[in-house]
Amino acid sequence: MSLTLLLVQGLNGLQLGILLFLIAAGLTLVFGVMDFINLAHGVQYMLGAYFAAHFAAATDSFWLALLLALPATLLVGLVLEFLVFRHLYDRDHMAQVLATFGVILILNDGVRWVFGSAPLQVPMPEALTGGFPIMDGLLYPHYRLAIIAGGLATAGLLWWLVERTKVGMLIRAGATNAPMVAALGVDIRRLFMVVFGFGAMLAGFAGVMAAPILSVEPGMGDNLLILAFVVIVIGGIGSVRGAFLAALLVGLVETLGRSLMPDVMRLFLDPSSARQVGAALASMLVYIAMAAILALRPAGLFPVRTA
Amino acid sequence: MLSLRGLRKNFGGLAVTDDVTLDVSPGEIHAIIGPNGAGKTTLINEISGVLPLDAGQILFDGRDVTRLPLHRRARLGLARSFQITSIIPDFSALENTALAVQAGDGSSFRFFRPTASEARLNTAAMAALDSVGLAHRAATPAGAMSHGEKRQLELAIALATQPRLLLLDEPLAGAGPEETERLIGILRSFRGRYTIMLVEHDMQAVFALADRISVLVYGRLIATGGPELIRQNPEVRAAYLGEDDIPLSGAPC
Repeated sequence: MSLTLLLVQGLNGLQLGILLFLIAAGLTLVFGVMDFINLAHGVQYMLGAYFAAHFAAATDSFWLALLLALPATLLVGLVLEFLVFRHLYDRDHMAQVLATFGVILILNDGVRWVFGSAPLQVPMPEALTGGFPIMDGLLYPHYRLAIIAGGLATAGLLWWLVERTKVGMLIRAGATNAPMVAALGVDIRRLFMVVFGFGAMLAGFAGVMAAPILSVEPGMGDNLLILAFVVIVIGGIGSVRGAFLAALLVGLVETLGRSLMPDVMRLFLDPSSARQVGAALASMLVYIAMAAILALRPAGLFPVRTA
Repeated sequence: MLSLRGLRKNFGGLAVTDDVTLDVSPGEIHAIIGPNGAGKTTLINEISGVLPLDAGQILFDGRDVTRLPLHRRARLGLARSFQITSIIPDFSALENTALAVQAGDGSSFRFFRPTASEARLNTAAMAALDSVGLAHRAATPAGAMSHGEKRQLELAIALATQPRLLLLDEPLAGAGPEETERLIGILRSFRGRYTIMLVEHDMQAVFALADRISVLVYGRLIATGGPELIRQNPEVRAAYLGEDDIPLSGAPC
């Protein structure tokens, strides 16, 4: 394991973390403000990628595709809220889990029906095809750096929205004490719709950005959704700041674990079993980290305090 | 000001609000008392719009609000406080109150307006803090305040929504003797400026504050009247028999 490889894997981990944050931000606010578990949030990520593929093929431009895919995911999010989720807020968590899981199945099959089950490719935007030389002969793709930069900029924008604007103040207050905010005269359902639509669009944005480096296929959001739940639990439910740090942590642990664990195991085991045990341990590492953090801080890193 | 007409609510087979009819007149402080489990908080929840009614009608300023959701009633001027302290601990006292001001004037959804620069919000919020004696604590995070100060802050939050009627659910709950004294003083200073309906267990406070008192037992109103009338009422005395912690006769006027 060379330093260069460590650097590359570190950057990859950061990039996974950024994508996770974009998905987790909406999830944590929806869970925090409305106590609503939305398993179908990962579907928004998948739809973002599919919209990107569709619009990129139609317009021949990644940037136009990005511009069109964002309002498209926003629209889908609002329609789902109106048709399905709105009727689930007063139900218990089990009903929410079942119904939103149903939405995952329907939409995963829906995209298969419309776009086919073969993975789609989205060409990288021309301006970002090159690479950044990390060492002789080793280029780190510009596009992956752009994902990190775009994600960080979005995180900054989100911080400003949540911490510095009136609607952000309401969202933070709503995540702490929704009944009180409603009693002050705020239409909490409307606030929730705004949060929901915006969260769906962020997840869609993550999907658009991931589309050129991953294959766009049905169910691509499912794995990330589980990681996103790990992120919001570690970060503290309802906390955007917590989600940001936890997402970077999970992204790094997940990526570095996969590349480092087999090497670490080789210190104790013969090469072939080291590879197996290392791989098995690597996939558990995120959950071990979650268990450790929750043992120390049961409400997550940045719990939203209630009165 | 507020008219309740034949309110009814059942939980399962149990009548928690049983044909409650009551008028609150402008400017009065009206207390609801009753033994534990009498349905006092339920009544507050029905009036503020948290719980739907099975039957009956609620008129606020002559307008039928029975079917209006919580936030619409709040916008009409029905402010409520909660039995459990309800503040945002991470916000300063001023921010808590400014939140209520902006919620009350309905400008919350003008998204990108920065919070800090809106002087008007902060002026109104400071005025509300001032009327509960918390102006000097405006910058303190609400979570760092004493329990009594938190209860004062809740009153400021309620005032900041520009209410016409304050519904207070046990505003003195959990407060120590000194804090209680201070809170009673603040509530007394509201007399004439706001119409107040409050639920309270502290009988001394109720008899010291209220213009009129209504007694609720098992969801039914058994008496309504001035403090002296209520104190003499044999039905009320019977209802409180066995509740040692409520010294009805010992309450000074």
